[in-house]
Amino acid sequence: MTESNLTKARQAETTAEPTSEAPIYQPRFDIFETDSELTLYGDMPGVEENQLDIRYENEQLMIHGKVPQRHENIKLARQEYGVGNYHRSFVIGESIDPKKISAEIDNGVLVIHLPKVEAAKPRRIAVKASN
Amino acid sequence: MMRFDFPIASELNRLQNEMDRVFGVRLGGPLAPARAYPPVNLWEDDDYLYVESEIPGMKLDQIELFVSDEDQLTIQGERKSPQDDTAIRQRGERAFGRFSRVIALPTGVDADQTTAEYKAGVLTVRLAKKEEAKPKRITVSAG
Repeated sequence: MTESNLTKARQAETTAEPTSEAPIYQPRFDIFETDSELTLYGDMPGVEENQLDIRYENEQLMIHGKVPQRHENIKLARQEYGVGNYHRSFVIGESIDPKKISAEIDNGVLVIHLPKVEAAKPRRIAVKASN
Repeated sequence: MMRFDFPIASELNRLQNEMDRVFGVRLGGPLAPARAYPPVNLWEDDDYLYVESEIPGMKLDQIELFVSDEDQLTIQGERKSPQDDTAIRQRGERAFGRFSRVIALPTGVDADQTTAEYKAGVLTVRLAKKEEAKPKRITVSAG
């Protein structure tokens, strides 16, 4: 794996304040970068496509996923994870074309494609011999 | 029917939550506790045990389930990374690889009647309790 200085790693914002009593979980994310786009993969089990709210504004990408309660009135004999909504936001330093952002969710993994604007892509310069 | 209730554990969790609030959320940091994967929630009704587990990014046929000795459930499989070699990883918080976990069940089950469902990355296994593990209804007649 080669080092890139296209995008500086920045801390994710963790200042979002919950407005309801329901617990909010920070989903785990991987971010990959190619010459043409940034691709984000997030683990959000329990979320369906119509329960996602993804916004991109002022270089900030906000991801919110609603998780419906799967079971009501049950007493867990063993609990190793909690069920609640997801929230995460990232500051994207790269120049992104907001119109071309797309996202899909498959079996609880959210994939967001953030295509870079043309100017941000590296250009290969053709070098000609002068004689 | 056996019930487990650990007031100490919930008290420890409350303390941990309080520490998370003060020191910030532990998210894959160096101090993140080692955890069994995949995490499971377990509950029961009169006839069935239910084991639910969050394993995003799989297909149902990639998850192997075994019931052995009538009271052990094994969940295993492999989570594959979707990355392609041309991309540079800028952030990595998700874990991949083979996993296998044996869960001790609180009652004996009939392995042949096990059903499983996988939806939005959540696996739900329903295990039928053995007859002797089901609560008996006692009819009381007025004398």
